[in-house]
Amino acid sequence: MSVHPLMQALARKYGADRLLTRPAQLMAYESDALTAFQQRPAAVVIPQDREEVIETIRLCHEHETPFVARGSGTSLSGGSLPIADGIVIALNRLDRILRLDAAERIAVVEPGVINLKVSEAAKPHGLYYAPDPSSQSICTIGGNVAFNSGGAHCLKYGMTSNHVLGMTVALPDGEVATLGGESLEGVGPDLPGFFVGSEGLFGVALEITLRLLPIPETYRTVLAAYDSLHAAGDAVTAVVASGLLPGAIEIMDALAIKAAEVGAKAGYPKAPALLIVELEGEAGAVEAEFAQLMQLIEETAPLEVRMAQTADERARIWKGRKAAFSAVGRLAPDYIVQDGVVPRSRLGDALAEIDRLSASYGIEVANVFHAGDGNLHPLILFDGREEGALERAEELAGEILELCVDLGGSITGEHGVGMEKRAYLPKMYGPVEMQAMEDVRHSVDSLSLANRGKMLPAGEAESLTHVGPHPLEKAGVIFRE
Amino acid sequence: MNTVSEIQDAVKGAKRIRVRGGGSKPALSQRWCGDGTHLLDLAGLQGIVDYQPEEYTFTARAGTTVAEVAAMLDGKGQYLPFDPPLADRGATLGGTVAAGLSGSGRYRYGGVRDFLIGIRFVDGRGQEIRGGGTVVKNAAGFDFPKLFVGSLGRLGVLTELTFKVFPRPPAFATVEAEFEALSDLLAGLNAVTGSAIDLHAVDFAPAEAGWRLWVRIGGLAPALEERAGALQEIISRGVGRTGLLRLYRDQEEERLWQEARTMAWLAEGMGLARVPLTPGRIPAAEDMFGRAQPASRRYSVGGNLLWLGWPESGDLGETDGKQDDPRTLHRLLMELGLRGVQLIGRGPRSEGLSEGGEGPLLGEPVQNAFLRRISAALDPEGKFGAW
Repeated sequence: MSVHPLMQALARKYGADRLLTRPAQLMAYESDALTAFQQRPAAVVIPQDREEVIETIRLCHEHETPFVARGSGTSLSGGSLPIADGIVIALNRLDRILRLDAAERIAVVEPGVINLKVSEAAKPHGLYYAPDPSSQSICTIGGNVAFNSGGAHCLKYGMTSNHVLGMTVALPDGEVATLGGESLEGVGPDLPGFFVGSEGLFGVALEITLRLLPIPETYRTVLAAYDSLHAAGDAVTAVVASGLLPGAIEIMDALAIKAAEVGAKAGYPKAPALLIVELEGEAGAVEAEFAQLMQLIEETAPLEVRMAQTADERARIWKGRKAAFSAVGRLAPDYIVQDGVVPRSRLGDALAEIDRLSASYGIEVANVFHAGDGNLHPLILFDGREEGALERAEELAGEILELCVDLGGSITGEHGVGMEKRAYLPKMYGPVEMQAMEDVRHSVDSLSLANRGKMLPAGEAESLTHVGPHPLEKAGVIFRE
Repeated sequence: MNTVSEIQDAVKGAKRIRVRGGGSKPALSQRWCGDGTHLLDLAGLQGIVDYQPEEYTFTARAGTTVAEVAAMLDGKGQYLPFDPPLADRGATLGGTVAAGLSGSGRYRYGGVRDFLIGIRFVDGRGQEIRGGGTVVKNAAGFDFPKLFVGSLGRLGVLTELTFKVFPRPPAFATVEAEFEALSDLLAGLNAVTGSAIDLHAVDFAPAEAGWRLWVRIGGLAPALEERAGALQEIISRGVGRTGLLRLYRDQEEERLWQEARTMAWLAEGMGLARVPLTPGRIPAAEDMFGRAQPASRRYSVGGNLLWLGWPESGDLGETDGKQDDPRTLHRLLMELGLRGVQLIGRGPRSEGLSEGGEGPLLGEPVQNAFLRRISAALDPEGKFGAW
């Protein structure tokens, strides 16, 4: 790797305000939302259009220098962590919505567009962009594409990959390819589907065509308190078995409820477990489904039930849920969040085992999860100032990941493998599968330049450092879920 | 081929491989692949491996028929919401995925790409590889299941598939409306698809005079009547001079969509091609296909998909007066800037596929640098007819 000739070449393209090389300038890019990892890149470049992105990638390839594309840096898996002596391509200025076609119900956007901005732009047409990661007010579509981001409403409408119709991408050597198109249907292998979630290893999305949906006419949200997590889990089973298809089904445990109280004054009932179920759609259908849902919930012997009939009441229920993560920060100096998935029917087993692990490690774990699709979010609390505390928390996190794999699930439902979980991918897939992924990666990127060291175990491991919550998280702008 | 190891041995020993499932899409399974091609018949590789109704998932071998799966799911009040087509002709799960086929119901919750969550496939080296998983939400590793949707057997041999399923709505209703002019139909279409009504399917086709539109809604029976009324009102606002509206319920309604799944509208002896597009491209497509006889057609997925019936001979009746220049479907699609796949019928001559010059891919080329690189990794010797 020869950084200096590359730096000279970049300096010819970018002015000093868009080529950052001084340590003080680079500091902001050293971590993403997984602050336990830090790495200083050789430089950060800030392109203004797709041609500059393509040219930068070509230069990196020419000089055999690895690069990471970065949006808002909200990855929870260290996915946008810089590579030592590599280049960070900051895509925030590629933030144009190039086209919003209300009749065709699509939006063509650049990668630096903020997730929520798409829905805001679509709103006057009665449309919205469905995937709603909790960081949606700051995370970018490019990052959502790279990590196939989810959100609380995945159960019914799926994740990012279910809403990307087409893309123009720069492959890791700068060659440009068009994948998919504007139709809901395609011909040939589903290349947009394969590119989404590839964690930056296949290159950089330059333009993304998104599907927009009509805004649901109405929402009905119910909050039910239970005397145990098990009872809340049984209620989920009953709802699922009934044939209802809610937009979201969420569960919080006692510690998470406590955090929501401390952090957001959510006014939740004090109980060992809370269940949130939300129906969405046209008014007539939702009314009928809601009657059925309430009857089902009554039969599961809840301690208390609250219904949201207005937008305000709905917002109040979600406020505590959405704030639970950052609020956990009030209970302990720091925490790690995992996002393993288990089969829905094994949720009870998984939670019991997490409880047992928590006790045996003497580490508190709060649980908030997307119960509808078995996606756990255990929050492992620790104090980073204690010698070895981070390492022990990571060890516990690793055991939870292995538990998810053992129960037939996945190590990640929506955060991606990134830096953090790459040692665990081979526990989910065998050597043949890992080799196939390596082969495809090598064929797409013969020099392993694009986001080197993420997802696939390769290169030397970065060391963990404790640095506390991300500044944006402290400010309550982003949430770890 | 009844076992995976037989498939692996066959792949290792063969120079070129072609795959056949139920044979319901002969233009794919009988395509010409060059001399010395080994045909793998997967109809014997069948059976449900696992079904977890409470998880909304099942796993089955690739040769399992769509009909068998539909019956199994129906027993638990569940279904594959994307309405996999051609089940009556023996379509298999593997063939449905490889052909990338979704039917009318794709409009509501997504297509085969959105419901396939895990696969096993044999690659060009004869190794069986697992991709995706068996849980409904999974972001770990490369998404091989999506890659294999529409791969036409040219990246590897699918051996086992895991799908997500959904509960089947307890009841459906369909509103049928007639329009005199295409522009009226498209206005009605836009009014319906832009509304907040949750639509399960939106199909339309040329009728005796003008156009006929079918809009399907589903859900709890008590609310359905009122919702169908609201839907009719929205449609009638956009209806042109003909304006005939009709409501279908129960078996009569079910039959409408069963006929869509079986392509009952397709005349005997006609070929069938599948052409993705967007509603905005329909006027141009109609300009071309509306004049071309005897082409029959049906638009599906809210105007995102055109099913095109085509004479098996491949030549259009209309030749622009130049006998030596048959206006093939491939050329027409090129002119429109669209792509298509021939599914049934020997198909028109086409530059879409290598060697034989006659094959399932029509119109704009699909190949690009990304696909070429993936193909080179999974099938380095080009046994499956490299992309």
